[in-house]
Amino acid sequence: MHKILILLSLAFVLISTAQGQDDLLSLLGEEEETTDYAIASFKANRVINLHSLENTSHGVLDIKISHRFGMINSGWYEMFGLDAASIRIGADYGVTENFMVGFGRSSFEKTYDGFLKYRVLRQSSGAKVMPVTLALFSSMAVKGTRWPDPARENYFTSRLYYTHQIIVGRKFSESFSLQLSPTLVHRNLVETEAEAHDVFALATAARLKLTKRIALNTEYIYVAPNQLSEGYKNSLSIGVDIETGGHVFQLHFTNSTSMIEKGFITETTGDWTGGGIHFGFNVSRVFTVHSPGN
Amino acid sequence: MKTITILCTLLSLILFLSIDMQAQKYFTREAKISFFSEAPLEKIEAENGAGTCVIDFESQQMEFAVLIKAFQFDKALMQEHFNENYMESHKFPKATFKGKIVDPETIDYTKNGEYEVKVEGKLTIHGVENEISAPGTIVIKGEGIQVKSKFSVAVKDYDIDIPAVVRDNIAKTVEITVLGDLEPLK
Repeated sequence: MHKILILLSLAFVLISTAQGQDDLLSLLGEEEETTDYAIASFKANRVINLHSLENTSHGVLDIKISHRFGMINSGWYEMFGLDAASIRIGADYGVTENFMVGFGRSSFEKTYDGFLKYRVLRQSSGAKVMPVTLALFSSMAVKGTRWPDPARENYFTSRLYYTHQIIVGRKFSESFSLQLSPTLVHRNLVETEAEAHDVFALATAARLKLTKRIALNTEYIYVAPNQLSEGYKNSLSIGVDIETGGHVFQLHFTNSTSMIEKGFITETTGDWTGGGIHFGFNVSRVFTVHSPGN
Repeated sequence: MKTITILCTLLSLILFLSIDMQAQKYFTREAKISFFSEAPLEKIEAENGAGTCVIDFESQQMEFAVLIKAFQFDKALMQEHFNENYMESHKFPKATFKGKIVDPETIDYTKNGEYEVKVEGKLTIHGVENEISAPGTIVIKGEGIQVKSKFSVAVKDYDIDIPAVVRDNIAKTVEITVLGDLEPLK
């Protein structure tokens, strides 16, 4: 009887000490799974010339200054292109988390451009799984140069160009992202009858992150044959993104002079093999105009 | 022999009863964890309303966990950089604290009121564990309790790399505020 009592009391003591939990949070049971959206698939909303799958965040104004020097094969006299400059000044704004608009003015062909971009699907894991990000992009450009022949009847609509794009991409790992953009460029006026008004192209872009703040980007745009006249090339660009706090600097080499879709997709003349490439950069600075949380 | 047995039984009964009375655990999944730092060029602050916390007043142990990605900033780019470059939330998705109230005798569980306590334990941020000690307040109010704490951590203690170009924009210490309303865990 005594022994039983002693044993019982010992057991109580043991039980009471065993109650000291080692992992308290496990008492709450399985956590509810949250949706984890992929972030920073690309450093900026442009890869180099192309729109990346990224959107400007809600309430953020992104001022972009893009610059292309002359072609490297222009030689000493032009300081290998550094004497010439083509520039686009623009601003993007995130109207909502998934919808952004932008506007810009390029010195090349004195062109004004505006675009809308809407993110339909967003790559995520966890509670909601979505393997890719998909965005729809449409832009319009107005060529501002004087009419080559003012004597003939010229229409304003002849200055207009439209681009429509579906951007599909995925951040495969922290360092590697890839996207494909089937593209249609419509040109109201073309130079010769042999050229197509509607030009179909497939754009690809990839990013490889080298360090936390430096990434290597490439983009290539394949234009289906027999749409453009001789002499036009597919656009190929290679560059690095360098990120410092609120700025992203993008430095690159590209055979395209124009920095807007209708230009770099259908009017690229530079030839990489002959040094027909530009050195260039994009600088982006963001300002939080409106904070959606507050 | 008999007296020993009786004593043992009494002792265990007392132990058991006292444990039973105090074996009270409280929890929340909505603790507010926020941080704030101010450097000459940039004020950095973010809030997370989904901290989980369990406190066991029997053992005086407490645990907190918070998802790094759930911190909300005013500036979207800052939030992206916080996750991508500084906290590397893909590698270290959570920050945790496991600690103990070192002076539990100051708390009178039977009386509503505010009690100042000292908490010591291990804070893990960015995969780095450090022993910290922080002041806290425990508010006993009827069914539930409230916990409050404010303490500072040094960024360098947690291997968070700040590049030279932005060193002036980011403060070296960050003030962390914790506020949780806990309910009994049944």
